[in-house]
Amino acid sequence: MLIDWFTVVAQIINFLILVWLLKRFLYKPILTAIDAREQRIAAKLADADAKKMEAQKERDAFQQKNEDFDKQRIERMNQVAEAVSAERAQLLDAARQESSDLRAQLQVTLKNERHNLNEALSHRAREEVFAIARKTLIDLADTTLEDRVTAVFLDRLRELDDGEMADLKLVFKASVDPLLIRTAFTLSTEQCAAIETTINGVLGEEKAVKFETAPDLISGIELVANGRKVAWSIASYLASLEESIDELLKDRDGIQLEVKPKAKTESDSQAKSE
Amino acid sequence: MHLSPDQIIFWQFGFFKLNATIVYTWGLMLVLVISSRLITRRLSTKLQRSRWQNLLEIIVTGINQQIREVGLNDPQKHLSFLGTLFLFVAMASLFTIVPGYEPPTGSLSTTAALAICVFVAVPLFGIEENGLSKYFQAYLKPMVIMLPFNIISEISRTLALAIRLFGNMMSGTLILAILLTVTPFIFPIVMNALGLLTGMVQAYIFSILATVYIAAASQARQSRPSSETKH
Repeated sequence: MLIDWFTVVAQIINFLILVWLLKRFLYKPILTAIDAREQRIAAKLADADAKKMEAQKERDAFQQKNEDFDKQRIERMNQVAEAVSAERAQLLDAARQESSDLRAQLQVTLKNERHNLNEALSHRAREEVFAIARKTLIDLADTTLEDRVTAVFLDRLRELDDGEMADLKLVFKASVDPLLIRTAFTLSTEQCAAIETTINGVLGEEKAVKFETAPDLISGIELVANGRKVAWSIASYLASLEESIDELLKDRDGIQLEVKPKAKTESDSQAKSE
Repeated sequence: MHLSPDQIIFWQFGFFKLNATIVYTWGLMLVLVISSRLITRRLSTKLQRSRWQNLLEIIVTGINQQIREVGLNDPQKHLSFLGTLFLFVAMASLFTIVPGYEPPTGSLSTTAALAICVFVAVPLFGIEENGLSKYFQAYLKPMVIMLPFNIISEISRTLALAIRLFGNMMSGTLILAILLTVTPFIFPIVMNALGLLTGMVQAYIFSILATVYIAAASQARQSRPSSETKH
């Protein structure tokens, strides 16, 4: 008989013991370890997924921030460009205004200078004319300028027409104050006496005469009484000289002014091109 | 010349005896349990692990997967029983490379004991899964007249399990013993290698058939397995 029943029973018991031992020492620990590892891997994968999601969120947020920043930058740039453009226009206006002010100021200064020059020229011309006339008279006619002025004045007084003479007499006679003779130079005693004599002769009565020196008369002589005046001076000659000098200066200024507007248009075109 | 290691008796006291089958079984049990204990003592739950742990994990997960593929949805419940069947039969064959060793599975007593274990386990797992009445009603299907045939089928397949394994293992050692006397060089080694292969195949067949029987009993059976594969 090949089957030994004792052995069969013993082997059944052995097998059951082996099942229990292997379950205790092999299957359970191995499966536990595998489960633990799977859980660990699953946790790591979940963690990685969470991190990935977080990274994605952060990436999205960063991208959004970048876009916002770009938008803001463009807006700011536009604002700055507008501000710069407005500032530029304002500055250009201010510069134009300043330029026109300066030009006006320059014109005023030029005018003043011309006026001063005229004054100086007149003064100089007067002095020169006097000096030349005086010297010429001494050299050619052996007389002084003052003598000739006085003589011419007295001639004019005498040569007044009848209407004027009557009018003048009426005024001079009505005058309470003495008649006033004003001269640019000091009269000599002879000249004073001659004047007094001539006036009395012309008026036909004795009238007190007062003499006064007035340098602003410009080498002239005048008779003043009761608001009326009879005078002779070289002021009219000087005025005509002044007029001719003025014309000369105006001609020169005209040439300069013709050049200046051209320069102005050039500067305008440069400003536009900028 | 002896056909079974049962016949090698080391100690006997009346009905009790200590034969080679029991002694070698104990030896196998010791090797299996001690090696398992040694390896599983320091198990790593991290990604880095020892080679031995890897080997055991491959074996355990392989058995687990095999049970699942056969049709048992909860393989871990059956792993201890079916895995131990496979490992015991496989190790019994593998140790034939040790000179002087007699595989306990070469004894009909051992294979009968294993077959009896399967014979008892099948209805136990089936009843646990489906309940007592539903399990026994399956014997009356497809009709009442099939009851004796179903019972004969249960007994015959258990016998077949025991004798198939015994025959294969016994023949292996017997052929080896005969060849050693006829051609003592080279040829017995080749036959030994062939014997190893046969042993592994038998271990697989034994455990997979047990799995199929348990799976068939555990599922709500509309029809019983009509026949079993003969090897």
